[in-house]
Amino acid sequence: MSEPLLPPIGMLAELTHRCPLQCPYCSNPLELLKANRELDTQTWLDLFLQAADLGVLQVHLSGGEPTLRRDLEQLIAGLSARGVYTNLITAGVGIAEGRIEAFAEAGLDHLQLSFQGARPATTDRIGNHKGGHEKKLETARRARAAGLPLTINAPIHRHNIEEVPEFIDLALSLGAERLEIANVQYAGWALTNRDQLMPERDAVERQAEIVAAARERLTGIMNIDFVPPDYFAIYPKPCMGGWARDAFMVTPDGTVLPCHAAQTIPSLSFERFGPRSLADIWTDSPAFNAFRGTDWMQQPCRSCERREIDWGGCRCQAMAIAGDAAATDPACAKSPIHGRMAMLIDEAQRAAAVPSKDEQFVYRRIGVVTEPA
Amino acid sequence: MMALRERAIVSPQSVPSLPKHVRIQHDPVRQAFAVLSPEKIFWPNDISLDILRRCDGRSTVGHIIADLAAEYDAEQEAVAADVVAFLQEWSDKLLVKL
Repeated sequence: MSEPLLPPIGMLAELTHRCPLQCPYCSNPLELLKANRELDTQTWLDLFLQAADLGVLQVHLSGGEPTLRRDLEQLIAGLSARGVYTNLITAGVGIAEGRIEAFAEAGLDHLQLSFQGARPATTDRIGNHKGGHEKKLETARRARAAGLPLTINAPIHRHNIEEVPEFIDLALSLGAERLEIANVQYAGWALTNRDQLMPERDAVERQAEIVAAARERLTGIMNIDFVPPDYFAIYPKPCMGGWARDAFMVTPDGTVLPCHAAQTIPSLSFERFGPRSLADIWTDSPAFNAFRGTDWMQQPCRSCERREIDWGGCRCQAMAIAGDAAATDPACAKSPIHGRMAMLIDEAQRAAAVPSKDEQFVYRRIGVVTEPA
Repeated sequence: MMALRERAIVSPQSVPSLPKHVRIQHDPVRQAFAVLSPEKIFWPNDISLDILRRCDGRSTVGHIIADLAAEYDAEQEAVAADVVAFLQEWSDKLLVKL
């Protein structure tokens, strides 16, 4: 290794794959785990304590829909007692009366609520859940009433990119401290639905201008984090801040991964918490060490002055588009196959321009896809 | 209806505090103080920490400046400029409440 191994600082816990929504860009894998594969309460609590011992300061409780876990209050309380900062990432539909208050009571630090659209019809259609928008508004109000700080998360794609100004107004009206305008990343279900989701070039440019102006206007009022769409980018994103560099995630059955989509890299095998300690997995797992640091890099990454800024970009995108997980992320203009990104954008535009084209999404459901596409 | 929020501007009368979603915590693993916020973790230097620790919801900015000037045996004007710039930046990121 070219640099010393750092302790992890952040952890994403996917407590369950169960979810009342069926968003066609879900970052969960195509093969969703059923409830009987989920870790029990005590195992999650043990895992959280080991994570804190290892140096994790922040845990993002996610899913699926994490509030479907009846023990969520207990999990939050366990983390809170250990001083770990907790962030609940929820779709905000179907949360029983009194539970948000119970999460706050248990020590929850922050709540992140997703909106699939700024308009009710969009939210309900993208999540394939009637009445979802109204329930989300209610969740936001209850979170604020319980004194919880609030982030609104807006995953952006072709079908809601024109709603960006309305998302900004919505987040302001709900009293959010933070808004994430996060363009969909093409992994998981989003890769399956890529042609349906890909925005138009003009819309992407307009969006960037709108967000830049809003950030300026709302300085000191609301923070806006912007995740631009990387098919349109010049440089790749430093995915996860670098592979296994300071963060990791855990799937509902306790499999420890460097990122959401890592299981799409067929040469790697991943280990589960339980049979092995978290410290062992973080330090010694061959999958974690596969793309750590810069030693694994090929050209043009190896000699690039940005190699410790981008960390080579996304390994899973390199796998999906270049067919080689150790290649430069094709989102990078220096990648020899960067031109393929523009071709994929154009292909999606052509597909969308054909009026007879079936506009149906492959909605996220357990059992819809049994083999990775 | 919620009142429309406005950007807060630091004045000597401002009484800064840390909002609920921000906290200072000692990290025994890295032997340093971390500032935890929703998506980001900051590692403030000693001077920043000295300012943040005084954001207790009781002390005015004027009082914080006088206190730090005495502690660092420094000119009040120089300290004032640094403290005001720091607090304005942190307020603009919603990490400090004024």
